[in-house]
Amino acid sequence: MSNLMRKLLSGNEAVALAAKHAGCALGIGYPGTPSTEILENFSILGGSAEWAPNEKVAAEVALGAAFAGSSSLVTMKHVGFNVSQDLFFTASYSGVRGAMVAVVADDPGMASSQNEQDTRLLARAGGLPVLEPSDSQEAYDFTKLAFKLSRKFSIPFILRTTTRIAHSNTIVEYLDESQELPAADYHKDIASSVMVPGHAKPAHLKLRAKYAEMLAWNEKDGPNKTIPGDSRLGIISSGVAYMHAREAAPEAGFFKVGFSNPLPVGKIAEFAKNYDKCIVVEEGEPYMTELLRAAGIPNIAEREEVWRFDELNVDRVKAQLSGDTQYAPKIIKSKPPQLCQGCPHVFSFKPLVELGCIVAGDIGCYTLAAMKPISGMDMQICMGASIGMGIGLRKVLPEDKARKVVSVIGDSTFMHSGLTGLLEMVYNPPPTGHLVVVVDNSTTAMTGQQEHPGTGRKLDHTPAPHTVSIEEVAKAIGVKNVAVFNPVREAEAMKRYIEEKLAVNELTLVVSRQVCVLAAAARAKGK
Amino acid sequence: MQKQRKITNIRIAGLGGMGVLKASLILSELLFEEGFDVKKAEVHGMSQRGGSISSDVRFGDNVLSPMIPEGQINYLLSLQPEWSDAHKISLAEGAIVISPADFDASKLKNSKSVNVAALGVLSRYLDIPEHRWLETIKKFFPQKLHAANEDAFLLGRNSMAK
Repeated sequence: MSNLMRKLLSGNEAVALAAKHAGCALGIGYPGTPSTEILENFSILGGSAEWAPNEKVAAEVALGAAFAGSSSLVTMKHVGFNVSQDLFFTASYSGVRGAMVAVVADDPGMASSQNEQDTRLLARAGGLPVLEPSDSQEAYDFTKLAFKLSRKFSIPFILRTTTRIAHSNTIVEYLDESQELPAADYHKDIASSVMVPGHAKPAHLKLRAKYAEMLAWNEKDGPNKTIPGDSRLGIISSGVAYMHAREAAPEAGFFKVGFSNPLPVGKIAEFAKNYDKCIVVEEGEPYMTELLRAAGIPNIAEREEVWRFDELNVDRVKAQLSGDTQYAPKIIKSKPPQLCQGCPHVFSFKPLVELGCIVAGDIGCYTLAAMKPISGMDMQICMGASIGMGIGLRKVLPEDKARKVVSVIGDSTFMHSGLTGLLEMVYNPPPTGHLVVVVDNSTTAMTGQQEHPGTGRKLDHTPAPHTVSIEEVAKAIGVKNVAVFNPVREAEAMKRYIEEKLAVNELTLVVSRQVCVLAAAARAKGK
Repeated sequence: MQKQRKITNIRIAGLGGMGVLKASLILSELLFEEGFDVKKAEVHGMSQRGGSISSDVRFGDNVLSPMIPEGQINYLLSLQPEWSDAHKISLAEGAIVISPADFDASKLKNSKSVNVAALGVLSRYLDIPEHRWLETIKKFFPQKLHAANEDAFLLGRNSMAK
């Protein structure tokens, strides 16, 4: 007999624990707020956990493990899902023999992201099923369920969390027992797993048939629940928005959606019949609202545009329910984030600002260099874009301006998606050449100092079998000038070198290397 | 112990690196162990870089949203008043504001213990035995920091009530 345990856990901790209990053989991902702590906790619990160079590679590894009959977990933030999308849109066709669960953490309100896209829409476009927990208990339960259903329906499952699920602690009750799964093995099945047109055409039909089966299961047995209430108002909700809505309107009737794609429209239509009016309370895009209205359920209210933006809370849900689109929360004045005291990025940007550079930037702590007082970054869109954007600018700007263009990318981001940018640079060099500065603080600092292929350490900070050298990679790809400087101790030399290389029509990569002050302190403590 | 029926809302606010998240973790774990339903919410990530940070701890019989609604903060632990006093616009009627001015911070052996000293002040208002606070605090620090944090807690707990 296993004991019933009770713990206060974050959503991320709950996902990790459930993966362990579900017999997940491999957890892999790329760090991204608010998803990062899942794999770190999975590792602490004794699970096999790894950081991949990026989300696409992580999803590929997870899919391979699931092809071999294992259970795999892949974690990422919403924008990382885009990076891996090429895999997912066809893995839904091929399906899996074992189980594959992708946890995708959305960030409505953009606490630490560049956009607030809604994973449910992307998953639906790819034919991928989605579960949405509303607290840590459900993060635990739904992760286990996702592994079970992935095996049952032979398809990767998406668990959509949000910042307030991932980073809120709530009570979780669970049985302390792990499931033993059969050992991985390979059974040849070329028609299911090689997606050439001849196989993919029937696979697409098979996906839609599977989709219909999942819908039928969800309508009948899905993890959705109904709470009867005052017949004047029925609320349809999912995720943490459900918790806000229960608090905002305790008297209303509720249909709580746990399995949101394919959406159990039939069951919701039955629910809606009992209420004068139904309002959908959902964070992000009007995903359920539009599907339910398109299904012709007559009393589902249209959603005002204002609720698409930012995260919800009890006050905003109250405003939505009362039709108050003018509601504005009191603004709590806050100090914006800034680069740490002694941060090497400050020194890396100094010469670029002094030389009047046009800086195509990237994603990381150093994005904060765009803010005052440095104001040293001119553009930033997504992981790895700095190099391509810089090349594009160089190709069309008049020569005097083109010469000022520099791409700045961090070490972890370089590993994630900088390599293909360098290939473009050497293959299609701009007439004025180009200059890339890799601001190498030897960690994935922004998400909390995670390791990557260039740090020489694995996810659990133990030594890696190989350390990738950024300068050697750049030389091997064919970048003519490659130099390494310490931005603090060799500030003058680094500035002179950059100035010199901006003046010639050559390709240059400067590694500005000094370890992150927080990582240095953590490593000194033995982490 | 008499369980409070309504929800009590505590916000801990300060700047990144001050131990806001550690204090809310200690507090929520203690309340959980005392048998309450507890939810704790915060945003981390970019806000760690020296920017404003806050964490909500809500407890009672049945907590729904993890975030404190506007105007419902019962206790505000304002660890860096210059910035964190901004949360005062969301206080409930009769709310208690706790800040480093409530104790003699110069007596702290470790200046990083302001968070635990503030929990000490808060402990005067919550009906939980002193030894339970001290036991829980110890769980969250390595042994070499136990004495400094116990002192910090007691400094807050035994400081003169305003």
